[in-house]
Amino acid sequence: MIRLEHVSWTLPDGGDIIKDLSLTIPKGKLTVVTGPNGGGKTTLAKLIAGLVKPSAGRIYLDGQDITDLDVTQRARLGISFGFQTPVRFKGFTVQDLLETAAGSPLDFDTLCDLTGKVGLCTMDYVDRAVDASLSGGEIKRVEIASVLARGTKVSIFDEPEAGIDMWSFKGLVDVFNELKREKRTLVIISHQQRLIDVADEIIVLSSGQVRDQGPKDEVLPGLLAGEIAGYCPVGRRERL
Amino acid sequence: MMNIQEVNPVAQSLLHTVAGYEGAFEGAYNIRQDSGCAGRRSTENIRIQSKPDGKPGLEIHVAPGTRGEKVFIPAVVTHGDVSDVAYNDFYIGAGAKVTIVAGCGVHTADNGESRHDGIHRFYLASGSEVIYEEKHIGTGEGAGLRRINPVTECFLEEDASLTMETSQLGGVSYTDRKTTANLKARAKLIVRERLLTQGDEEAKTYFDVVLEGEDAGCDLVSRSVAKGKSRQSFVSRIVGEARCHGHSACDAILADDAVVTAAPQLDALNPDAALIHEAAIGKIAGEQILKLRTLGLTEEEAEARIVAGFLK
Repeated sequence: MIRLEHVSWTLPDGGDIIKDLSLTIPKGKLTVVTGPNGGGKTTLAKLIAGLVKPSAGRIYLDGQDITDLDVTQRARLGISFGFQTPVRFKGFTVQDLLETAAGSPLDFDTLCDLTGKVGLCTMDYVDRAVDASLSGGEIKRVEIASVLARGTKVSIFDEPEAGIDMWSFKGLVDVFNELKREKRTLVIISHQQRLIDVADEIIVLSSGQVRDQGPKDEVLPGLLAGEIAGYCPVGRRERL
Repeated sequence: MMNIQEVNPVAQSLLHTVAGYEGAFEGAYNIRQDSGCAGRRSTENIRIQSKPDGKPGLEIHVAPGTRGEKVFIPAVVTHGDVSDVAYNDFYIGAGAKVTIVAGCGVHTADNGESRHDGIHRFYLASGSEVIYEEKHIGTGEGAGLRRINPVTECFLEEDASLTMETSQLGGVSYTDRKTTANLKARAKLIVRERLLTQGDEEAKTYFDVVLEGEDAGCDLVSRSVAKGKSRQSFVSRIVGEARCHGHSACDAILADDAVVTAAPQLDALNPDAALIHEAAIGKIAGEQILKLRTLGLTEEEAEARIVAGFLK
């Protein structure tokens, strides 16, 4: 279980991105965080993974206060983070990256399994460099595979669908369903209805605050009615 | 009569690092140790002989049509106060396909300088293919300088292909690398250079490639890491005299107070010459370190992993 208590995060210029945010992400469930652009979703993901430090408030993982732990320490506690925009490396092959993620050399079958889950053929990709030669969709799949290779108890994916073509989408959904069956804690930042559909829990984040949270069946109807109808996100319009 | 020395323990270690030596080489070889010879063997297709003009060094003749053979010609300097010069000429017969392993290690345990200047000339007959592997390393705790200055001249006839994989693994106080090449029609030159400098080391690397024949091509990629107070300079010139393709790239990672300069030059002397240069110099990108930290590595581990991958 991940718990945030009164967490705030402020831009260097003083703009509030996350404001006094308190929420709980249930253990062993798939939670989708959605909401309008600029609502603070990516910042929330980075706060949990330790990529940014809150200006106020505390963050807990399974009851342990992790607020003061850095990225490495949180990773070693079992938090993985899939970047929205994957990082490219000159000289790293797909195999190098996956083995770094796994923390040990991987045999062919394991590599095949990992790359297969994200729709890449191992034979074609293990020796490919994780550099500008990979397309946006290819590197996104490698990024997701690097999170899967760690097999941690908490995995956070920031817009995993970005760059994945619609033909491969089912494979991505299958990956998340499998992690659900393994009772992993999943946090997925997404706008994609097909990912929202497999959620156990939905958090709607708007203007740095929780506008709604609950089981999918309760949150989804209101989300579709309110969010898609107007030009302005509901949370913002309500404040006017 | 050639005087054969024993391979001494320092040489064994250097040879292992630069040429994969495990007490023996398979195929043709010549081991140069402190300006002397510590072993030589020719094979049916590859003949190694001392230079007939009396200069230090070798002539290596590869018979036309030779396939899949390797020739090892490593050179090591195992103590200070040695300044070794070797002139090695390679004659690769038409259609031959061989790998040449030519590492160099210089070691000094005292204040004496340990130096090797290797002047290599490659004559590739038409249709021949050569993979040339060259690793350089400097070792030993001595204050004496460790210098390696390779000069490589390449002459590629029509349809010949030369792939050079060169790396400097560290510990070399000073290196001045000069590589020149002349390519006839459809010949190809591929260079993959890896350089690591640290402390007060200095590395200069210079390429001059003339694409003389129609459809000749070259691809020069130099990747380097400069740490400490080390200095590196990369100078390249590609001349396109005909319809041809030329590409050069210089990528350098800077750390500490190191300095890197890159000066590419492209001379297109024919309207159908297509020449490109790319250069990027900078610190390790912060986001790369962050990504590896999300995989559980510390900042130091992440930096080491990125450098190792970059220079691989």
